[in-house]
Amino acid sequence: MTLQIDAPPPPEAAPPEAVPPEAPESGASESGPALVTTYLRGPDVQLAPAARGERREVDAAVVVSGLNVYYGSFRAIRDIGLSIRRHAVTAIIGPSGCGKSTFLRTLNRMHELTPTARVEGSVLLDGIDIMAPDVDPVQLRRVVGMVFQRPNPFPTMSIHDNVAAGLRLTGRVAKAELDAVVERSLRRAALWDEVKDKLRANGTSLSGGQQQRLCIARALAVDPEVILMDEPASALDPVATLRIEQLMAELRASYTIVIVTHNMQQAARVSDETAFFTMGEDRAGYLVEQGPTSQIFTNPKHQLTEDYVSGRFG
Amino acid sequence: MTIPGAPGLPTRRFTGRSGSSADRLFRTSTGIAAVTMAGLILAIGLMLLVNSGEAFRQFGVGFVTGTTWDPVAGIYDALPYIVGTLLSSAIALAIAAPIGLLTAIFLAELAPRRVALPLTFLIELLAAIPSVVFGLWGVFVLSPFLGATLEPFLIRTLGWIPIFAGPSYGIGLFSAGIILAIMILPTIVAIAREVISSVPDSQREAMAALGATRWEIVRRAVLPFARSGIVGAIILGLGRALGETMAVTMVIGNGQNIPTRLFDQAQTIASKIATTFNEASIGLQTSSLIALGLMLLVITISLNVVARLLVRRVATEGGR
Amino acid sequence: MATLTPVMDRPVAARLVRSPADRRRATVDRSMRGLALAAAIACVIPLGAVVLFVTLKGAAGLNLDLLTKAPRALGTGGGAASAILGSLQMIPLATVVAVPVGVLAAVYVNEFSGRRSATAIRFAADVLVGIPSILVGIFVFTFLVLPFKQFNAFAGSMALALLMVPVIMRTTEEILRLVPSTLREASLALGVPMWRTVLSVVLRTGLTGILTGVMLAVARAFGETAPLLFTALGSRLVNVGDFAKPMDALPIFIYVNARQPFPALNQQAWGAALLLLIVVLAINILVRARSWGRRAA
Repeated sequence: MTLQIDAPPPPEAAPPEAVPPEAPESGASESGPALVTTYLRGPDVQLAPAARGERREVDAAVVVSGLNVYYGSFRAIRDIGLSIRRHAVTAIIGPSGCGKSTFLRTLNRMHELTPTARVEGSVLLDGIDIMAPDVDPVQLRRVVGMVFQRPNPFPTMSIHDNVAAGLRLTGRVAKAELDAVVERSLRRAALWDEVKDKLRANGTSLSGGQQQRLCIARALAVDPEVILMDEPASALDPVATLRIEQLMAELRASYTIVIVTHNMQQAARVSDETAFFTMGEDRAGYLVEQGPTSQIFTNPKHQLTEDYVSGRFG
Repeated sequence: MTIPGAPGLPTRRFTGRSGSSADRLFRTSTGIAAVTMAGLILAIGLMLLVNSGEAFRQFGVGFVTGTTWDPVAGIYDALPYIVGTLLSSAIALAIAAPIGLLTAIFLAELAPRRVALPLTFLIELLAAIPSVVFGLWGVFVLSPFLGATLEPFLIRTLGWIPIFAGPSYGIGLFSAGIILAIMILPTIVAIAREVISSVPDSQREAMAALGATRWEIVRRAVLPFARSGIVGAIILGLGRALGETMAVTMVIGNGQNIPTRLFDQAQTIASKIATTFNEASIGLQTSSLIALGLMLLVITISLNVVARLLVRRVATEGGR
Repeated sequence: MATLTPVMDRPVAARLVRSPADRRRATVDRSMRGLALAAAIACVIPLGAVVLFVTLKGAAGLNLDLLTKAPRALGTGGGAASAILGSLQMIPLATVVAVPVGVLAAVYVNEFSGRRSATAIRFAADVLVGIPSILVGIFVFTFLVLPFKQFNAFAGSMALALLMVPVIMRTTEEILRLVPSTLREASLALGVPMWRTVLSVVLRTGLTGILTGVMLAVARAFGETAPLLFTALGSRLVNVGDFAKPMDALPIFIYVNARQPFPALNQQAWGAALLLLIVVLAINILVRARSWGRRAA
């Protein structure tokens, strides 16, 4: 696999005993943008020397620490700690089965739809632990929206009603206001010009790429702070993929976006920050390292990351 | 049971003409069996059509609009039984459709697996209990119970509405409706549950991600998607109620007039045939009974066909 | 591109707090889930009530007399021997007729027919299952009773067989679809003729599944009353082996005795109903428990 970025210099492998895993340090304050130290973590992970003690201050919208997810007795992801920068695109990359999607789904507690799923650890959204029992996942999902791998518009609803679906949940909304939100959401999703004359048409009559933008508009309509995207372009052709990627670049000015992708070129193109996950011997996924995308792809601190982004395996 | 191999893969058929005469004989006999089975419906329909001819020729349209069934005068009209059939099935549907749908929702969407599995099993068993056992229970337990409790209560409280007026006998249209409701519940639950389960998870997730409660996910994403199949399940239940014979015969009270009140004694097409056919004199009276049967056949087959097409539609949409 | 300023610039903490409307929604959610649970319970109550009453009332009536004695022609007393023996004769005959037809039809659909005729035959079977069974009674009456001017057990058996065929055909056909084509090819490659391949390889592989279908059909036949009313008619006499004469059956016995004004005969109806319920539920539980065990695993 070749990447359109400069080949990273080979990192020095650090002796395992040299670097103890650093303790997570999540300094989210109760008010205002949190200043958080990005840290590298993972019990099996050998940290490159450069990682030690390096501090970088970012405005984090979400701070995850000590996150474990279990399906029954199986641990799917282990001890994740990372921060997600506000109004930026954070890409989660890693081999398949390493728990990227599982991790993403915990960020708006979608994992609770799976009966056997269980979570330990904390996820702070603007300083509020969203895993706390008194946080209602129903409320949370209005703040943390989601776009899925395959476009999933509601087939029994029109384009207009698809976008309005989230608003209609909360009760009666005046038609004028509803129409305004639908238009604004469709404009933001860069779909308005294509569908403005057929808002009453069925959502499934659109092409795959349009459907996915419809789903993005649907998520935007409830005005989320964070948008989770689970391989949003994997079912689309290259042209439609490009549209989605352009859209993400526009949206990040107002939204915090987390995208899971198996496509490294895509991660390199669209994201500001990248987190690399892999899978341990116990098949539990964990975070290897997180950093600015350019650094992860050109100068990763960890050998595993280096191997992955340069296409080495085995 | 162990069946090796991959389910879902199409099995390859023996398509080529094979040579040996034993093979041809075998192949032909399977074909005959298949055609026989499929031909039975046609044969039943044809038989009913031919043998009801006399009644239709004699009475014409009056057969379905007249209200007299008088063997002495030789007049046989169907309206009281048509009305009895429709009303008892309507009562059954009014009770069983909402309860059945909610149960299917509970089993497919809300209940944890360890509750849903045994419960589904129990409800499937309910479908296996013979009609005559329900009838026996209806005559000796349900009808007396209704006659002593619910019916007097309804007459007291709602009696000023004509259809709820007394007297009540326990046995009658209302009892028949309730026993039918119990008997068609398993059909509605089983098929509606399957249809609901076939709704793709992506629909549930899409609604959940917008901040929908569990019920809102069901109400706004799952049910609209499964709508046609649920209608199909209810229609199949209706088909079963219309044709159900023994239990209804035992509790509906064999009234000969058009029922005008909920607690009236009545008669359905099926119960009329069951109670009268053996005593009927061959000729116009059996022909009239067979004409009743023909109407029942046409209604139940059309409902079945429509219902199965509706259910299939959800299954194929879900597979997309 | 429109402006990208957020619509509602409210802090997350405020947005996580439930508004009155949200609390209302949560209440609706809880109520509807409760209602669904209540509906499920309401579904199971009749099952419990039927099984309970049949067991309680039937236990008193299910005794040796009921199992061994013939009904009295006049008055009360006696037992259900005529009905038990009748069911035990008519159902085997019906099974012997229905199994080959149902299984061969399934073989045809699965192995030989084109896609379109397969769909048509499957559909026909489904519709046949949905036909009111009393119409099957009239049908058989016309061909096997009326010409001889004699109600007879053979007609009863054929009516039951007619109801069994589509059930057997559908279950068998679903099982045969799972038999992998490699088995067929292996057998054909060994030079085994097609008909022997189907009988000894395809049907053998699906045997347990086919038996499941047959047993469910038998359970259904045990409880069917309406198709017997105009065919086997029922009888107060014990009839062993004479299929040209009327014959009793358990469900007819229950129906007839339930309508008598004598508590002793009603009691016999309860006893017979318990017997019938045990047979039908036992078959269903045995057969379904296997497939449910698989589904649960």
